[in-house]
Amino acid sequence: MMPVYEPWNAARGAEIIAGHSHLEGATLVILHALQEAFGYVPEPAVPMIALALNLSRAEVHGVFTFYHDFRREPAGRHVLKLCRAEACQAAGGDALATRAEARLGITIGNTTADERVTLEPIYCLGLCATAPSAMLDGRVVGRLDEARIDALIAEVLR
Amino acid sequence: MTMRIFVSRDAGAVAVGADEVALVLGLAADKRGIEIEIVRTGSRGLYWLEPLIEVATSQGRIAFGPVTEFEACSVLDATISGGAHPLRLGVADEIPWLKRQTRLTFARCGVIDPRSLDDYRAHDGYKGLERALTLTSDGILADVTTSGLRGRGGAGFPTGIKWKTVAQTSADRKYIVCNADEGDSGTFADRMIMEGDPFVVIEGMTIAGIAVGATKGYIYIRSEYPHAVAAMNAAIAAATRAGYLGARIGGSSHCFDLEVRVGAGAYVCGEETSLLESLEGRRGIVRAKPPLPAHKGLFGKPTVINNVLSFAAIPFILAGGAKAYADFGMGRSRGTMPIQLAGNIRYGGLFETAFGVTLGELIDDIGGGTFTGRPVRAVQVGGPLGAYFPRALFDTPFDYEAFAARDGLIGHGGLVVFDDSVDMAKQARFAMEFCAVESCGKCTPCRIGSTRGVETIDNIQAGERVAENLAVVEDLCNTMKFGSLCALGGFTPYPVMSALKHFREDFGPAPARLQAAE
Repeated sequence: MMPVYEPWNAARGAEIIAGHSHLEGATLVILHALQEAFGYVPEPAVPMIALALNLSRAEVHGVFTFYHDFRREPAGRHVLKLCRAEACQAAGGDALATRAEARLGITIGNTTADERVTLEPIYCLGLCATAPSAMLDGRVVGRLDEARIDALIAEVLR
Repeated sequence: MTMRIFVSRDAGAVAVGADEVALVLGLAADKRGIEIEIVRTGSRGLYWLEPLIEVATSQGRIAFGPVTEFEACSVLDATISGGAHPLRLGVADEIPWLKRQTRLTFARCGVIDPRSLDDYRAHDGYKGLERALTLTSDGILADVTTSGLRGRGGAGFPTGIKWKTVAQTSADRKYIVCNADEGDSGTFADRMIMEGDPFVVIEGMTIAGIAVGATKGYIYIRSEYPHAVAAMNAAIAAATRAGYLGARIGGSSHCFDLEVRVGAGAYVCGEETSLLESLEGRRGIVRAKPPLPAHKGLFGKPTVINNVLSFAAIPFILAGGAKAYADFGMGRSRGTMPIQLAGNIRYGGLFETAFGVTLGELIDDIGGGTFTGRPVRAVQVGGPLGAYFPRALFDTPFDYEAFAARDGLIGHGGLVVFDDSVDMAKQARFAMEFCAVESCGKCTPCRIGSTRGVETIDNIQAGERVAENLAVVEDLCNTMKFGSLCALGGFTPYPVMSALKHFREDFGPAPARLQAAE
């Protein structure tokens, strides 16, 4: 299923932040909640979080940029994550990653010009006994081979 | 009579089509006018047989696998008629790969419905907590110490000593933290147990809370594990409703609350102090030790922080099994280890067994060699920070000290098998590159050393002053190993140095390597 996100709205952002700011160590929880709602963490949310948690903007910015998960801008409509870690390497994952890059015309870490697909690396989905593996819009796929990777790409380009 | 059919909901099974199989079975049963109940279990851990279907019969649960969505109907028909089927594996518990194991921690995984507290209780669940509630703090600690349990995250620190330290430290608040940031490639035991038997983790953490006097626990799960997050949240809600979490646990005077927190893609947060920083809402920057988390941990309070598998081992131990647990194993490695066979392997999955089994038995005998059928060339043991072992070291027994004696580590128990097409210089470079990307940046050996390591291996691969550059890599590894604050920088030398030591022929200009291989 393709995720559906709301457009950024400061009032809605403030509501999400207020809903979690009572938690111990709430910063990551709030960043996750914002990204789940909007598909990324919009820049104006950073000072809002800082204010709500009595932190400096620099501290919140530091947290936001430290973690690989948080996005500064929306991803493509589909996000295809390919596992690049050792177990998937051992099972032929590198060649499949190269194939996906060629099919989509982008390198890993980028989004197609039509904003249809974002191709990302992921370091281990814990599906190491059914490697190589991938995650498409939150759906896990194992035992990838050329046919399966082609089918995933056909699905996102449809 | 309603036919009960078990299909795994484990992410590893779902990734190869278990959801589709369950759907087809339901539709096919409707069409045939028979009543079936599909129970979504965890995985038995025999991943080459997933999707695995089990059908309850008077002889036991009969297994079929691997079943695709196209074969599900014929399996159902064979079950109804009692006829033969090419995918029929017989009674699940009698499958040799499963029968050879000693399943203490994973006894219920793949058997019960992980969403059902009743099912958990019907399979000896909460026996450990019941007994713990009759003991004093010292009594619980004595059992944990007797069991010989050592931290299953990788460091192997005695769990009893860790808990005792927290119990003896006085504070107004204490915490129990479960490290479920299982980032090592080749490991999936934490994921499996959280998805397949989440209550055992809750029970283990609750016992820890009672033992040390903590009333709040956190489970920090990596974001790459959405299925585990959902399973743990559902189990926490069920346990809370039933009075196993919250105020007055099981009618006692003890209180314990649990909350799941989700990581955000930083590998270093698997390091315990970095994880605590992350839980506090900060960047996952490693803390210098001392102070130990047992003295000053989460929010500066005394904290028990253990791996998922450590907590999951506790209910068996507290249910009167401390001595029995300690009777398994070898040397100072007591009990069982859930070993994970992964990568290019024929029979990949989870194999829980007593310490002492050799690497060769695990790879050749139990794992069946490579999936590609080519010879095994290297096995990385213990994740991205573990050493690459060649066939010459296959006699190494699975034991903390035996691996350490051969410049390796067992880590979290993951084995990643590579066939003879692997380029070990490339793997060494990857280890350095991964460290550079994931370094928290606090200490120089890790932050700078890894980047210089990548550059130097690039130069070696380009054939530039190979001998001098190899000396530089060794020197860098030495500095990282002894100068880094935590295991990320400190252990990255293991894969690099083992690749250099055992597979030196791979390090040099690429054309020479290719000629040598021909």
